[in-house]
Amino acid sequence: MLGFGEDRLRADMNRLLALLFHQGVLDEQFLQLQQLQDETSPNFVSEVVNIYFQESEKLLRNLRELLLDREFSDYKKMGIHLNQFMGSSSSIGANRVRNVCVAFRAASEQNNRPGCLRALELLEHEYCYLKNKLHELFQIEQQRVLAAGVRYPMQN
Amino acid sequence: MTVEEIRGGLGSENGNTDKFPVGMRVLAVDDDPTCLMLLDGLLRKCQYQVTTTSQAKTALKMLRENRNRFDLVISDVHMPDMDGFKLLELVGLEMDLPVIMLSANSDAKLVMKGITHGACDYLVKPVRIEELRNIWQHVIRRKKFDSKCQNKSTQDKSHQGSGEGGQGPAGNSDQNGKLNRKRKDEEEECEENGQENEDPASQKKPRVVWSIELHRKFVAAVNQLGIDKAVPKRILDLMNVEGLTRENVASHLQKYRLYLKRISSVATQKANMVAALGGKDSSYMRIGGLDRLGEFRTLAVSGRLPNTGLSSYPPSGMLGRLNSPAGMSLHSLTSSTLIQPSHAQNSCNSINTLGKFQAVVSPTNQNGNLFNGVPTSLELDQLQQSQCATSITEFRSIAEPTIFNAASTFTDSRVAVGSSSNSLPSAPSNPLMLQGNPQQTQSGGGFGNQSSFKMASLNSEPFNIGVSGSSNFLDHDRCNENWQSAIQLPKFSSNSLLLNEPFNHNQLPSNNLRENPSSTGPHTQNSPLDFSSTNTVTAPLDDSRGEMQCQAGFVGDIVQQMNQAPSQMWGEHKQDYTQNSNHVFRTLNSLVSANSFVSPLSQSLGQNDGVCNRGMDVSLVGQSSSGTSTLLQHSEVGKSTMGSKMRSNEDYILEQTKSQGGFVPNNYDSLDDLMNAMIKREQEGTLIMDGELGFDNYSFGSCV
Repeated sequence: MLGFGEDRLRADMNRLLALLFHQGVLDEQFLQLQQLQDETSPNFVSEVVNIYFQESEKLLRNLRELLLDREFSDYKKMGIHLNQFMGSSSSIGANRVRNVCVAFRAASEQNNRPGCLRALELLEHEYCYLKNKLHELFQIEQQRVLAAGVRYPMQN
Repeated sequence: MTVEEIRGGLGSENGNTDKFPVGMRVLAVDDDPTCLMLLDGLLRKCQYQVTTTSQAKTALKMLRENRNRFDLVISDVHMPDMDGFKLLELVGLEMDLPVIMLSANSDAKLVMKGITHGACDYLVKPVRIEELRNIWQHVIRRKKFDSKCQNKSTQDKSHQGSGEGGQGPAGNSDQNGKLNRKRKDEEEECEENGQENEDPASQKKPRVVWSIELHRKFVAAVNQLGIDKAVPKRILDLMNVEGLTRENVASHLQKYRLYLKRISSVATQKANMVAALGGKDSSYMRIGGLDRLGEFRTLAVSGRLPNTGLSSYPPSGMLGRLNSPAGMSLHSLTSSTLIQPSHAQNSCNSINTLGKFQAVVSPTNQNGNLFNGVPTSLELDQLQQSQCATSITEFRSIAEPTIFNAASTFTDSRVAVGSSSNSLPSAPSNPLMLQGNPQQTQSGGGFGNQSSFKMASLNSEPFNIGVSGSSNFLDHDRCNENWQSAIQLPKFSSNSLLLNEPFNHNQLPSNNLRENPSSTGPHTQNSPLDFSSTNTVTAPLDDSRGEMQCQAGFVGDIVQQMNQAPSQMWGEHKQDYTQNSNHVFRTLNSLVSANSFVSPLSQSLGQNDGVCNRGMDVSLVGQSSSGTSTLLQHSEVGKSTMGSKMRSNEDYILEQTKSQGGFVPNNYDSLDDLMNAMIKREQEGTLIMDGELGFDNYSFGSCV
C-alpha cells in the first residue's frame, strides 16, 4: 500500500545510509549537510551534491588528461586539482574519495607517476561507487517525498 | 552556546551589536562551488548575512566599494585568480577587516603563512558548523581594540610604534601578522581607527627593510607619480606592499630626495669616482683629511671587509679605512684605498689627481695583493667614481695613507689600506702608498701585485681616460694624498689597478684585475667589490699602469667606459674581465645607474650615470657602514676576482652580501645601501642580497 510506501522508503533510505556510513563511503559531514536542509532550502543536499558531481567529473577528467599525457610533468598542477577535489569531497562527507585523494596527493608529491595512475583509477572507482549510491539515495528520497505527499482516500 | 546567548552578551560591546553575532555580515570567497555553497548554507544556519563569490577579484572590488558592508571575510587559500594570502593581506591592509582562511590543506606551513599574513583564523575543510559559530569573536575583538584605541588615540598617537613591536599581544593573536593591527595593549594602537587603515604608523612596526625589490617598486611609484608630486600616501598605494606604512615610505622618500639632490649637484664624473670608491666611501671622502684614513680604516675595517679582498674597502672611506680594515683584504683595499682618495677628490672635482693616484697606486702595488683585492676596490672606485666624485676626494684624504697602506695590504687582502697605512699588511710602502705617490707601488712588500700600483699609474692614465667621469675622483689635486690620484684612479685604477694588479702584477692574475676592473666599473665583474677597493686603489692602478698595460688598457677602458656609461664600461670590460666581474659589475652598473643611489658599487658602476655623484659622496662616505659594506661588497667582488679568488660573481655577491650583512647593520644607511644592494643583486642575479640589504629608513641626510 502506498501509505506504507513512505515509511518503507524512509527505511530503505536509512538502511542505505547506514550501509554507506559503515563502509566509510560517507561520514558525519554528510549528516551536517542534511541538517542544513530545511524549509528554506528543501533541496539543499541534492543541490550541493549535484554541484559536487559536476565539479568532480571535471576534475577527474583533468587529472586523467594530465596523467595520460606522455610528457606529463606538471605535478604541481595536478596537486592543485587534487586539492580542490579533496576539499569538496571532504566538505560533503565523501570519506573514501577523500582518502584516495590523500594517497593520490602523496604519490604526486613524490612525482610517482605510476603511483598516481593507480591512485587515479582507484579514485575513479570510488567516485563512481559514491555517485551511484548517492543517486540511489536521492531516488529513494524523491519517492519518499512523493509518497509522503500522496493522500490516500483511505487515510483522509 | 547558542547564538542568542552570544547575542545577549555582545549587546554591550557595540552600539549595534544587540543582535550580534546574528546578522553579522560575512563575505565568503571560494573558487570551489561545492564548498562555497556549503559555506553559504552553514553561515546562514548561524544566522549570519552571507555574500558569496567565487572570484577573489570580485570580492576585493566589493570590499573596496564599501568597506563597511562586511564585518568579516572568509577566504579559501588556493584560488586560481589570486592567492588567498594576497587577498588576505590586501583586505587587512586596505580595509582592516578580520579575515579567516580556509583550506583543505592543514599543512602547518600554510597555517603559519596565514598567521604571518595576518589571518584571524585558519579553518581546515571540511568546515564544521561549530567552528563557524565562533567566528564572530574575531570581529568583536577587533572592534574592541579599535574602540579602545580610539579613546587613546589622541594620547597614543605619539605612541606610535611604541608598542607595536610585538604583534599582537596574546589577546590579539589573531591579528598577528597584520601590521596594521598590531594591537598591542590598548595603549598603542589606537591608531587603527584614527588613521587610515593602511597606515599602521602608530604601531610599532618592525624596521622595514628596503630591499632592492621594495626599493624598485618605490622608485617606480615615484617615477610614475612624478618626483614633485610624489607623496608618501600615494606612493604607498602604488607600491601596494603589505606591511609598509606611510611613515616608512615618507622617510624613504626623504632619503631619496636627498639622494637625488646630491646626485644632481655632483658631477657625474665625480660621482663616478665616488661611486667607484665605493659609494659608501663617499663618506670617507668627505671626511677629507686623513683622518679619513682612519675612517677608511673603519670602513674597511668595519670588519666588513673581510678579507674578501676589497671587502675591507668600505666604500668611499674605503681607502683609508681599508687600511685599517678590519680585514679588509688589502687586495681590495688597496684599490679601494687608493681609489678612495680619489674619491674624496671627487667631491672636489674631477680627479685630476690621476697622477696622484698613480702614486697612490703604486703604493698599492705593494699591495700587490692588495691590488688583487684592490682591483675590486678600484672597480669599486670606478663605480664610486661615477657615483661620488666626492668620495674620491675623500678617499684621497683618507686614502692616502690608508690607501696605500691598503694597497699594500691589499695584497693580502687586508685592505687595510685605508686608514692604517700601516695596516697594509704587506705593503711596506703603505704610507707611501697612501701618500698618493707612486710609491704606493711600494707594494714591493707584500704585494705580489706590486704592480698594483702600477696599476695606479695605470690608473692615472686610465683614469684620465676613463675618469672623465672618474676624473672626479682623480681630483688628485684635491687629494693631497697620493690617494688622490690613487683615488681617482682608484676608481679606475682600482679598477684598473685591480685589473692591473692582476694583470700586471703578474701576481695578480690579470684576470684578477680584470675582474676587478669590472668591478670597478666596467669591470664590475669580478671585483665589484674591487671597485670599492679600487676606488681607492685606482690610484694604485695607475702605478701599475705601466705594467699593467693590459690593465691600463683596462683602466683606460674602464675609465672611458666609466665615463661613458657604466654599463658600457662594464660591457666592454666584461668581456675582458672574467665573467664574474662583468656580471657583477654589469649588474652593479646597471644598478648603479639605475639607482644612482646608494650602492657605492653601483656608483662606481653606474657612475656614468653620474648618479653617483651624489650618492657617492654622501653615501659612500657618509655611510661608512654602507660604504663599507659596499666596499666590502665591492671589495669582495673585487677581491674575489682579484685575488685568485676569482670567484664567480655570485661568490662575490655572496660575500658581499655576507660582508654586507656583516657590516652593514642590516640596514642600509640609505639608499646607497639599497642601491648597493641592488647592484649586488643584479650581479648575482638572484643575489642574496635581497634579504641582506636591509635598508633602514635612514635618512639620507645622515649619510650626507
